[in-house]
Parts: sequence; C-alpha cells; structure tokens
Amino acid sequence: MSAPNGSAFEQPESFAFDAESEAEIAHVITRYPPGKQASAVLPAMYVAQRQMKRQTGSAWIPVKAMDAVAARLGMPAIRVYEVATFYFMFNTSPIGKFHLQVCTTTPCWLRGSDEITEACRKETGIKGWGETSDDGLFTMTEVECLGACVNAPILQVDDNFYEDMDAAKVTELLAALRRGERPFPGSMTGRQTSAPEGGPNTLTTLHFAPEG
Amino acid sequence: MVKVTIDGITVEVAAGSTILQAAEQAGVEIPRFCYHERLSIAGNCRMCLVEVEKTPPKPIASCGYPVAEGMVVHTDTPMVRNARRGVMEFLLINHPLDCPICDQGGECDLQDQAMGYGMDHSRYAENKRAVPDKNLGPLVKTSMNRCIHCTRCIRFITEVAGVPDLGATARGEHMEVGTYVEKALGSELSGNIIDLCPVGALTSKPYAFVARPWELAKVDSVDVLDAVGTNIRIDARGPEVLRILPRINEDVNEEWLGDKSRFAIDGLKRRRLDRPWVRENGKLRAATWTEAFDAIAAKLKPLKGEQIGAIAGDLCDAESMLALKDLFVRLGSTNLDCRQDGAKLDASRRDFYCFNTSISGIDEADAILIVGSNPRKEAPVLNARIRKRWASSGAVIGVIGDAADLTYPATHLGAGPSVLKDLQSDSHDFAKVLAAAKKPMIIVGQGALARPDGSAVLAAAWRLAAHVGALSSEWHGFNVLHTAASRVGALDLGFVPGPNGKTLDAMLGGGVEFLWLLGADGFDASHVGAGTFVVYQGHHGDAGAHRADVILPGAAYTEKSGTYVNTEGRAQRGFKAVYAPGEAREDWTILRAFSAVIGKTLPYDTIDALRARLEQVNPVFGRVGFLPRFGCSDHTGPAGDPTVLSAAPFVSAVTNYYQTDPISRASPTMAACVAAQAAPALAAE
Repeated sequence: MSAPNGSAFEQPESFAFDAESEAEIAHVITRYPPGKQASAVLPAMYVAQRQMKRQTGSAWIPVKAMDAVAARLGMPAIRVYEVATFYFMFNTSPIGKFHLQVCTTTPCWLRGSDEITEACRKETGIKGWGETSDDGLFTMTEVECLGACVNAPILQVDDNFYEDMDAAKVTELLAALRRGERPFPGSMTGRQTSAPEGGPNTLTTLHFAPEG
Repeated sequence: MVKVTIDGITVEVAAGSTILQAAEQAGVEIPRFCYHERLSIAGNCRMCLVEVEKTPPKPIASCGYPVAEGMVVHTDTPMVRNARRGVMEFLLINHPLDCPICDQGGECDLQDQAMGYGMDHSRYAENKRAVPDKNLGPLVKTSMNRCIHCTRCIRFITEVAGVPDLGATARGEHMEVGTYVEKALGSELSGNIIDLCPVGALTSKPYAFVARPWELAKVDSVDVLDAVGTNIRIDARGPEVLRILPRINEDVNEEWLGDKSRFAIDGLKRRRLDRPWVRENGKLRAATWTEAFDAIAAKLKPLKGEQIGAIAGDLCDAESMLALKDLFVRLGSTNLDCRQDGAKLDASRRDFYCFNTSISGIDEADAILIVGSNPRKEAPVLNARIRKRWASSGAVIGVIGDAADLTYPATHLGAGPSVLKDLQSDSHDFAKVLAAAKKPMIIVGQGALARPDGSAVLAAAWRLAAHVGALSSEWHGFNVLHTAASRVGALDLGFVPGPNGKTLDAMLGGGVEFLWLLGADGFDASHVGAGTFVVYQGHHGDAGAHRADVILPGAAYTEKSGTYVNTEGRAQRGFKAVYAPGEAREDWTILRAFSAVIGKTLPYDTIDALRARLEQVNPVFGRVGFLPRFGCSDHTGPAGDPTVLSAAPFVSAVTNYYQTDPISRASPTMAACVAAQAAPALAAE
C-alpha cells in the first residue's frame, strides 16, 4: 500500500495498550470461549486503531500495534498482519484526521457517487484514492458497498454514515468538519432512517390505535 | 472402507478419504498445486477438478471432497478437461513467461501441468501484475511474480516447521505471500519450502543459476550432519556437489531435510585437505603419500600398544572406523574412543545408546520427556516428528534442561538432573502424566550425558523409564538422541576402550604417545599432550588438522560409499557421488594401504570384503535400511549410580545449529545463516 502523499512514513518505535484499550480488549476477549481469544483479533485491532486516533489523531495501526495485538491474544504476528491487510477498515499507514470513505458500488454510483467523489476532491484538493490532503485533515478512500443502499449515495466519515448525499451537502459537511463540528450522522435529507421521501406512501389507510 | 469407482477402476479406500487420495490409490493421476499429502487441505488452486456422477453438473475440487459409497468419478471427460484448461489459463494470467531463466525450469509442476492440461495460448493480453521480491534470508530466494498462491509454503512453515513466519497479506489481486515485516525465516527446516513450491517462486539462493536439473547426476545417500540419518539425494555435476535434496523415507525423515544438511555443501569445496602433509621443524609441508606413511610408520615402530590411541570423529562411516579399529587391534592397542564430546554412553547393551522407540515410533507416543536436549537444534527433522505427534494427538511434552522454543508447547520441568529424581515420586505432576501414558517416551540428549555425572544421568533416566512403565515387552520408551552421525555405528562396532583401554580423556594430556584422529574435530585439540604425535585423517582443515603432525587427506561423505547407523540404530548406506579432491582417498583404503606399509595388512581388499567383516562384527550392519523394533524385557539399567547427580543445569549439545562440524564450519552459506539469525531484520542479500 502506498504511503500518504507518496512519501514514506515512519513506523513508531513502540506501541503499548493504554488503560482504556486494555479494558476494552479484556472485555472483547470475554465474548469468546477460553483458549479461543485469537477470535478477538478484529475488535482488538479496532481498539488499537482507536488508541492511535486518540494518541496521534490518525486512526491507523502500525506494525508494533499489530505485534501488541498478537502478543495480547497469543497468536503469531503474521496471522495479525494477514487480517490487518485483508480488511480495508484497518489502515496500515497513517491517514488524515478525517477518513472520507466514498462508497462507489453500483447503487451508490447510480445515485451519484461520482458527484460525491468530485466534491470531496474539490473541497480537499485530494487527487486520487488513498491520498491525504495537504493540510493533513482528510484522507479519501474508495470503499465497497457499505450496506446502506436505500440511502445511497453514502459518504462514511470515520465511523459515521452520512446518507443521501450530494455535492452541496458534501461541501457543507466538510466545512463543518473543518470547523471542528460533527454533524449528526444519518440521512442528510432529513428523512427518518430509510423511510420514503415526503412521508409514507404505503399502508396509508391503516390507522393504529394510540399507544396505551 | 468405501468403494469408489474412478475412471472405471474400483478401489476400496478408508472412509473420510478424499477423491484425490482415492485416485492415487487407483493409480489415476490428478493434477494439483496446492494439495500436498503432508499439509492441510487448502483447496485454492482448483487444478484437481473432476466430475462426479449424480452430483450437480459442475466440476468438483477432488482434493477436498470426501468419498462416499458407490461414488463414480471421471477425471477425463470433456467438462473436466475444459475446466482444467480454464484453471490453468487463470493461473497463467499473472505468471511470467520466464521459464528459460527460472531455476525451477525442468522440474516445475506448473511447466509440466501446463503441458499436460493447459491450452497452447492465453486469451489474456493485459499487463501481468508485478510483485516485489521478498528477502527471506540467505537460503530461500524469491521471485514472487511467479507465485501462484498455492500457500504450500505458508502451511509448511506454520504446520510442520511450527515457526509461523509466512503468511498471505492483502487480498485479491494484491495478495502477496511473505513475512510482511522483512526478516529471515526462523525455521531450521525452511529449505523444504523450496521443494514444496510447485513453481519457481521459492528457489535455493546458493543454487541460483548454477545448473539445470537434467545436467545433474543423482546419487542416493544419507545425511551425516546430524544423527537422524535423513535420506538424501546428492545432485552433482562433474566433480562438484551442487545440491542436496531429501528422499522420501517414511520411517526416518518423511520427506523433510534440515537446512544445515541441505545447504552446508558449499563447505565441501572449502578448506579441503587434498594432499598429505607432514610436519617438519614445527611447520607442515606438502608431502607424498609414501612420505606421510613412512613418517607415521617410523614414529609408530618403537611404540607399544598401550602408548597409542585412536579417536573417531562424528562424520565417519562405519567401514573406515572398523578398518581403524582392526588396525589398532593388530598394533595391540585398545585405546579407542568415539565419544569426542565425552558423553558417558554405555556401549554394553545396544538399547542403552539407541533411540529405541524409533523415529516412526514417535507417532505412537502419548507423553514425551526430553532430558538435556534441544531436538530443534540437534535434529530438526526429528523435532518436526515430535511436533506432528503433538499436533495430531496432543501428546504431552516435558523438558528438563534449556527452556528453549521447540515449536510446540512443552512443560519446562527444571534445568538440572535433580528433576529426574523428583519425577520418581508419584506426586510430581509430570510423573503422573508419564505414569498415566500408555506409551511414554524419555529422550536423553547428549547435553545430559556429556558431563561428569553423565553416567549417573543415564542410569537415572533409565530408572525413571522403568519406573513410569516406559519399558515393556511391546514398547521401548528409552531413547538416546545423538548428534553425531557416526556415533551409533562406532558403538555398534565397539569403537570404545577395550580391556585396560584409555578413554578420550585419558588419552589427552600426554596419556598416549601417538594419536590417530579419524575425522575427529569435535574436542579441544589443545588438550592433546605436547609430546603426542598426531595423525589426522580427514577431509577438512579444521581443529584436528591444525594440531596434526601428519595429515592424511580422506573423503567426505559425498565422496565415498559408506554405512552409517542413525540414532535409532538403523544402518543405512550412502553412495559415492563425486571423487574426493586431489590426492584424497576413501578412508578405508588409506587405512588398508597403511596397514600394508607397517606389515599388519588388513584382510580386506574390497569394500564388499570389508562389509562382510562389518557384518561379522555386528549383524546390524547387514540389515541396511531395516530397523526391527524391540520391547524391553531386561530392566537392568546402564552402569552408573543414579543417585550421584550434580546440580549443574543441562546445556544442549548444539547451541549453534548451523555450525556443528567441519563441513558446516567451512560453509559460507552457514556463516550467513548465523549472521541472519543474529540480526533477522537485517538479513543481507
């Protein structure tokens, strides 16, 4: 995987779980039978990635963190490397403060993901996938189906889905992020979850008794 | 058992077998890349597609499909042929067409199967993907563009070698096999992934661009760099041994070979003794055979039998050791010793010094106690067998001695011999394990015996074996793991001090006037008395030759036909692959020629006559390749008082796996391995 801005990046010299991460890992391990703690590798790596976000502002997982996960779960380091490089949710190189993940799979594409991508590019100055903006704020990656096709197109920022996007809303969202705000995630058109636009248009004749 | 019909041939196979295994039994060839009978089934190459009647009309990967009663399989229908052609076309999408410069060329599964099952052209005109090569250390060379992702190397390193360094990172089009973080492979069996690789992605680094397989003369032999007796094939061209590959022997090495045995062969070309030397006025000068023999004869003439002695080294063949022994018996000497490391082995009964359970017997053991040994360093192939037993059955393993990583979990019971005494008490946790085990094994290493209280340790280990029920009429669970290939053979033919004979220690420090070293480099030659006249007969200018007064150039194991007895007590024969360099000669012929010079002519003129004499000395030498297994009915232990144990911790006999003998010490490849293991991250090209 290429390093951000094409430049080489430095792996940290060391990594150790802090108290918060340690508590989280101890919790996720309890979900699996004793002796099968290696099953917790995915959540444990999220814990490590979040800790990097807390400590450095960039949510990525350095090799030393993978080693720490391997040691904590008693599994060979290479098994952790395999998992970390397999899933694109884990960033093996540093990213910007905000991770813009544009879904370009068919439903989002049909609903205008190209427009979203173009807007992100324009706003951040990023040229291609996987790049980080010069101010270090944004990294834009292309992701596969995020599973929210009903509200396509989707722009995922870090862990949050911003749905029913268009170019204007992207501009607005990125401006808010720059200001340090976190707009409430979900549909940007104001509809409730994935309910039809403009109110219900089926089952309109049904009348439910008031609750209670 | 299940009846299956494959291409009209009906075979009965064990339930749970796969179609591919049934086809092997029926003698029907099914192409494959990822499937290997000693590794787990991956099913990712899709080359082994077959058609099975009464299943959905699609090809089935036979390597992972279990047989069912009455199954009818076709391996040569239009659908199967077409499917294999398609798979082959896919595999070749990214495979470079660099066979002419590929070291695998001529012995490549992909080449062969592309010829047999592939198309004559490809419909893919797109660019092939490029994958950066990995640096896996000084032994394994990578050309990752050629990799077809069969994952055999990953599975071998993880499952058999037990040093999980390799993996497949990233996914899909971007998947790469490698270590992710650059480092040298940490396994002593890493060379086997070269054999396993069905394409040219993993090849031998020292052998790179050296030869083509069809140029090589192939000779069967036996490895002598450890005591396992791994069956090998020596590939030579002209006077040069170019590579060594394992041969399959299910009872000994399966199909694996340790890295030292495979790669130390460049040591066979360096520091060789290729002519006789005689020391004159403190300096060695090149001499002729006659001069050398005369110098020895002149020195020997006035000496009595008790004033002379002989020591056999670790790499000697049984024939030359017997010739040396016979010569010394004729000279009236019983000062013979083969235990260079000072191991207190008891030669009085064969099962006191053999690996009695046998290597294949490990597959039956359910509890194993390792005493003063690190089998991973001393016998990596045997260690893989222990690991296999642990992996397949969960055999419990305990270790007394170094708490080293053996590639499988082992309970560390303590460092010193006192643990042997503790285990006699039934309240000890591991004693309960051993007592409960049906087939317990105790493996005693040379590290436990090559020390002042060695005979006490040997006796204590034997007593423990008897105590926990490891000695029964069906099962012999007492094992000595040797590190020297010649040792068991030497003990079998009695290369130990006779009546009133001196041991190695007694011969050193001026105990004898005259010392004949037959390839003996394993002890500190500075302890030889200053006035002692030393004859060194061997193939490398190592420790022994430096001290010698006369050097007689002998042949290395690749240059002579010889019998070797492995740690189990299995006699095996190696054949001559190349001629010894210069004026060097096969060792027994040197001794035979010298015996004539001093008028004590040995009674054999041919190797066959010598072998007849060997068999007469001990019938085991006649049973080449064959190992009868005995139980143990006589529980009388070896000599030694099992109570006088010292407190000193055991130290494994081998700490530096890569350099244990004159050949590997002369090998630049082995030196590079030592450097790579010291700094794995910086492994240099």
